Amino acid sequence: MLIIMPRPKRIRKMTNPPHFKGFRPIALPEENDPIVLNYEEYESIRLSDFELHGHLEASKIMEVSRPTYSRIYESARRKVAEAFVLGKSILFEGGKVFFDTEWYSCKSCGCYFNHPAKEQRMDNCPLCGSSDIVQYSENTQLRPTEGSCVCPKCGLKKVHSPGIPCRNEICPDCNSPMIMEGAPHQHRNLNCN
Amino acid sequence: MKVAITSTGNSPDSTLDSRFGRCSYFVIYDNESHSTEFIPNPNKDSIEGAGPAAVQLIASRGAEKVVSGEFGAKVKSLFDTLKIQLVVLNDPEKKISEIIMLLNHKT
Repeated sequence: MLIIMPRPKRIRKMTNPPHFKGFRPIALPEENDPIVLNYEEYESIRLSDFELHGHLEASKIMEVSRPTYSRIYESARRKVAEAFVLGKSILFEGGKVFFDTEWYSCKSCGCYFNHPAKEQRMDNCPLCGSSDIVQYSENTQLRPTEGSCVCPKCGLKKVHSPGIPCRNEICPDCNSPMIMEGAPHQHRNLNCN
Repeated sequence: MKVAITSTGNSPDSTLDSRFGRCSYFVIYDNESHSTEFIPNPNKDSIEGAGPAAVQLIASRGAEKVVSGEFGAKVKSLFDTLKIQLVVLNDPEKKISEIIMLLNHKT
């Protein structure tokens, strides 16, 4: 006998769960069985149609593959359409998800803060009250968009071009790969030469 | 709402302490009554578990927000379960009075 066992589902990351339980159609006397929209499906609608991320981008936020994200999104839209057309209520329930707190940074006072009360949207900096806040992600921190590349041998500096790793830049004077200015290993390399 | 701030000294002119668990003083600021309270940190020189002990101290005072320079790995999950918001301010030169001024901009 052949036993077919599907791969386990990857656990989806949720950042902003809804703060209400669902929707109900207006002025419909009989209560029919509701449509259950999983949390991951709600999140996909939020990411794609509210925050307007592309599927690839949104799949990275939810930590699933791009095709999986598209499947979740497809299923979410079908459920919403079914509820709209047949006048069914929508319940947010279940789904294979985990909740994570998001970190934000404030551009006005330069602080970083997290957001433990997920039910409310984060609009203002908790310190200075400025609304100029951005969601903080590790990628933006690791890859600087400005600054300069420096040659470890001769110390020549060059303005960093975003998207090109510093080590791919070649020093025009001594043909050695360059490194990021201020990187922890910069000092060490300068000392050896 | 009460806000906890880590401080290097016990006056409003002292600066923000960049460590959380082993800071010198905690400032509990109430932005409704505008009162400040300086509490010396009892775990300043402890070898282990200073962070969780500090979390307990802050939670017992009813603070809903914590401003510090850095938070350790043990502390973050504790604050998440207590629903206390963390604010990381990477500016050790900032004075406590300046932080309180910033906090008041909101209301």
